[in-house]
Amino acid sequence: MSERTNSKPETGAFFPRDRAWHAPALTPGYKTSVLRSPQKALLSLDGTISEITGPVFGHSLIDELDNDLIHNFAKPGESAIGERIIVHGRVLDERGRAVPGALLEFWQANAGGRYRHKKESYLAPLDPNFGGCGRTITDAEGSYAFRTIKPGPYPWPNGVNDWRPAHIHFSVFGHGFAQRLITQMYFEGDPMIWKCPIVNTIPDRQAVEQLIAPLDWANTIPFDARAYKFDIVLRGRRSTLFENRLEGN
Amino acid sequence: MVQQLGYLKETPSQTAGPYVHIGLTPNFCGIAGVYETDLGSRMVNDKTRGERITITGRVIDGAGAPLKDALVEIWQADAAGLYNSPTEIRGAADVNFTGWGRCATDAEDGIFSFDTVKPGRVPYSHDRQMAPHITFWIVARGINVGLHTRMYFPDEAEANAADPLLARIEHRHRVATLVATGSAPNYVFDIHLQGEKETVFLDI
Repeated sequence: MSERTNSKPETGAFFPRDRAWHAPALTPGYKTSVLRSPQKALLSLDGTISEITGPVFGHSLIDELDNDLIHNFAKPGESAIGERIIVHGRVLDERGRAVPGALLEFWQANAGGRYRHKKESYLAPLDPNFGGCGRTITDAEGSYAFRTIKPGPYPWPNGVNDWRPAHIHFSVFGHGFAQRLITQMYFEGDPMIWKCPIVNTIPDRQAVEQLIAPLDWANTIPFDARAYKFDIVLRGRRSTLFENRLEGN
Repeated sequence: MVQQLGYLKETPSQTAGPYVHIGLTPNFCGIAGVYETDLGSRMVNDKTRGERITITGRVIDGAGAPLKDALVEIWQADAAGLYNSPTEIRGAADVNFTGWGRCATDAEDGIFSFDTVKPGRVPYSHDRQMAPHITFWIVARGINVGLHTRMYFPDEAEANAADPLLARIEHRHRVATLVATGSAPNYVFDIHLQGEKETVFLDI
């Protein structure tokens, strides 16, 4: 399961999660949270070996087309319809260190804003050449990239007229299960971001801005695909000496 | 002025949404041919050491209804109490056991299910052990930040009584929310998001 660098693994506990930076559990503007939000206080404690450890996935898991959503569901010789883009960036931790070997899984609607899912009822059509899922693993510098089409915005049942801005869902594994994260990436310049009840579950504007990928003109490939850059930050871990480590000092 | 610490902020969490299956269990939701199998669907094989167990359960909302669109992941030690992780420095875990599982709740009845082995005990500090337990992580539409909790075993009363995490639960009747029901090899672990039986969730 593991293919790792030859450096000694870090075993410190993770920085506490800044709960004020994240959305609270109960956010009535996003109606589904009302009956799905824990109401009692979380039990807070320093990470144990059960959270400091976590699964790591080898690069052998990844097939050639896994990070190419334009082609990984398409019939041979065909490709998904939409604006061709490359999404790339780095996975770092809160100390600014690269997180190599991080598994990223992503999913999204097609160019018309339609998901390939039986519960989805939006009238926009499916694209027969677009599945909507992909995955990759970060390299030694924590870098990743994938190719896809820009997803469309779509309406959803919440308020009478709520729409999701164009977005890509990300699931991230770091080196410890405590770092496990699911989030969404938005696109620079989209005025719908600030109207979205799900975006607005996050109380801090700067935190929302951390989810907006800028257009990366330098990495845009002429006559092929525009690039968007999306860096992801996972919880940092303590690396000071004098920890009361499990194996003893 | 002082020096800057220079730490970055963690990327804010967002809900996994109703279509989490497309990304994490595509075969489960009918998107065939992209990945051979859904990741985390099989934790054990014929050579895995330890006592085989099955864990089933539901994630139940504040109106008493099971979530039919949730996704549950578990993470646990092997039968000898070792994690299959590069961060595990006490020894080598069973190579035939991943320790990690992922299961979408059923679209009809909301049930999740894991075939695994009973974990061994793991240390809390150099002189204290934790009771055998399995880490749970729950995401779904309506859950803004993935929920961490743990499942303990009903047939480990003595170990549970000495467990450092369970000991931290102030309202003692809530300890039961982290202990499965049933008995070997079939355990049941229902997770309640709200209400009188609200599960103890962890900020860990």
